[in-house]
Amino acid sequence: MRLNDAVIGAVLLVLSLAVLWHVKDFPAIPGQPYGAALYPTVVSAGLAVTSILLIVQGLRSGEPMFSVQVAQGGRLIAFGVTVGSMLFYVLFVDQLGFIVCATLMLAALLWSYGVKRSLIAPVAIAATLVIHTGFFKVLKVPLPWGLLESIAW
Amino acid sequence: MEAVLTAIGMVASADVLLAMIGAALFGLFVGAVPGLTATMATALLVPITFFLPPVPAVAAMVTATAMAIFAGDIPGCLVRIPGTPASAAYVDESYAMTRKGQAETALGVALVFSVIGGLFGTTVLIFAAPALAEFALQFSSFEYFWLVLLGLTCAVFITGDAPIRGLVTLFLGLLVGAVGLENPAAHPRFTFGNADLLGGVSLIPAMIALFAVSEILRFSLSPVHIDEFKSQVGAVFRGMGGMIRKYRWQTLRGSALGTAVGALPGAGADIAAWMAYATSRKTSKESEKFGTGHPEGLVEAGAANNSALSAAWIPALVFGIPGDSITAIVIGVLYMKDMNPGPTIFINSPENIYAVFAVFILANLLMLPLGWACIKAATRILRAPRNVLMPIILMFCIVGAFAINNSPFDLWILIGFGLLGWFLEAHRFPIAPAILGMLLGKMLEENFITSMIKSEGNLMGFVERPIAAALAVFALLLWALSGWFALKRRMARG
Repeated sequence: MRLNDAVIGAVLLVLSLAVLWHVKDFPAIPGQPYGAALYPTVVSAGLAVTSILLIVQGLRSGEPMFSVQVAQGGRLIAFGVTVGSMLFYVLFVDQLGFIVCATLMLAALLWSYGVKRSLIAPVAIAATLVIHTGFFKVLKVPLPWGLLESIAW
Repeated sequence: MEAVLTAIGMVASADVLLAMIGAALFGLFVGAVPGLTATMATALLVPITFFLPPVPAVAAMVTATAMAIFAGDIPGCLVRIPGTPASAAYVDESYAMTRKGQAETALGVALVFSVIGGLFGTTVLIFAAPALAEFALQFSSFEYFWLVLLGLTCAVFITGDAPIRGLVTLFLGLLVGAVGLENPAAHPRFTFGNADLLGGVSLIPAMIALFAVSEILRFSLSPVHIDEFKSQVGAVFRGMGGMIRKYRWQTLRGSALGTAVGALPGAGADIAAWMAYATSRKTSKESEKFGTGHPEGLVEAGAANNSALSAAWIPALVFGIPGDSITAIVIGVLYMKDMNPGPTIFINSPENIYAVFAVFILANLLMLPLGWACIKAATRILRAPRNVLMPIILMFCIVGAFAINNSPFDLWILIGFGLLGWFLEAHRFPIAPAILGMLLGKMLEENFITSMIKSEGNLMGFVERPIAAALAVFALLLWALSGWFALKRRMARG
């Protein structure tokens, strides 16, 4: 998928105007004219100007507003699994625990990237255990145990 | 002198040397595998270095990046795919040499001139940084304001032919830098009631996302396939003495150009390599041979990208303004290690600075034997299954981003910025200005507000001190020049 510069510029223009509108109510420091609002005002004004330039550039380019390159189905699945597996991890790591989540996530990724079936389970489990040992045992990062709490080692 | 001896003692300890060798192998591997970049190597190292004492932490980062920039030349030469962006400038040339049966010469040139360039950049760093720091001690908020502005300007205008796109990502980065409580009124800006955002957007998870997660997303959509290749790599160092003699001027010029480009904020090894290769071609007596497998351009550009890497540390150490995206990550680590960059570090803890210098020299010397071994193992490294590696790297990014603050919220930052980085890159927006904006936004605001208060709102106050005035003129000149060039390009096109 490709968006024309004009579309991106329009979105950014809206963003910068929203920021400008939002910061105008920031409280001032008594007796001092330069408060929390000055810097975001300058920056978002700059962003607004460059967004307008981007819109002009996009309109002049004559490229279509949206263009979709027909990607192979497998590639889209791989992209979807990459994003989806990260979301899955963040949402469920506390309940399921690191080891369960990471193994599932790695297995899904390996599958979607076309790794041989017979390799998926061993690689996912081995990588999870190595990362867990390295970060939990050696570096003392508190990775959650979740489901495996009772047999934590 | 005492500080120098202390520094050498600090570096010569077993843990530092062990960290360096481990980081070297890691850097060589990441550099040599297409799709994994030198910046990514640095970002992936952060979670590990987080748990190391300052000197081994810095040593690991210096070594890994130096090795990765060299190792990026290997797949470029053997299969015509640059291992890191810094090798892209001369991939066609070195691949042409491989097709002529001169792979060992091309790889030898890459290795030897990487070492020479790296040592040149290091020498300049050793002499320039302390002198500059002494000078910088007199700087007040006015000078720092202009310096930061100059750095941001360089990041936008030097890095490409699309200044508008650079400006867009710069402003986005500056806006992200405005999130949180740290502002003159301590007013929670853009936090939307979220307590995790009070401290601002965590920089390290954001950088891991922009440099590593975005790369994996791109890989998932369009993996690079490496064709089968056969290469017998013979004696790598044969004929290198002759090359050094024959191309001594090119080596010197490439190293000097690389150092200058590297020291400018925002422009790093990849830009240095492109510029050096172009200069070499333009001024060569045998320019007709360029593109057909001629080592002259490789010498100059290979020296340039490694010298840029060292020189990028000059503004990073002296002013806390990164010279490229790698030092942007390094600055984040230095702050975590209580080695806050700035001119005072040269006075308060000179032994740390000398240790960094010693590490640079050692890392570049280590490159000769380890780089040689890497070339010998190249065929095997290039066969490493990237569809197995990428999922493991993504898992590592997640755990690494979490490990910095043990905060689940940082994982949302990781996903958000990963997607943002992928989207921006897919639409040809440069990432470096965004990173600089995020990192320097606070410094820019702080110095701007302090200066405004000091001068009581009188903008003339910004140019009353001589150095501030000079920096201001320089910044204005840069703006005028880039405007003029943009106009000229448009006229030429029209």
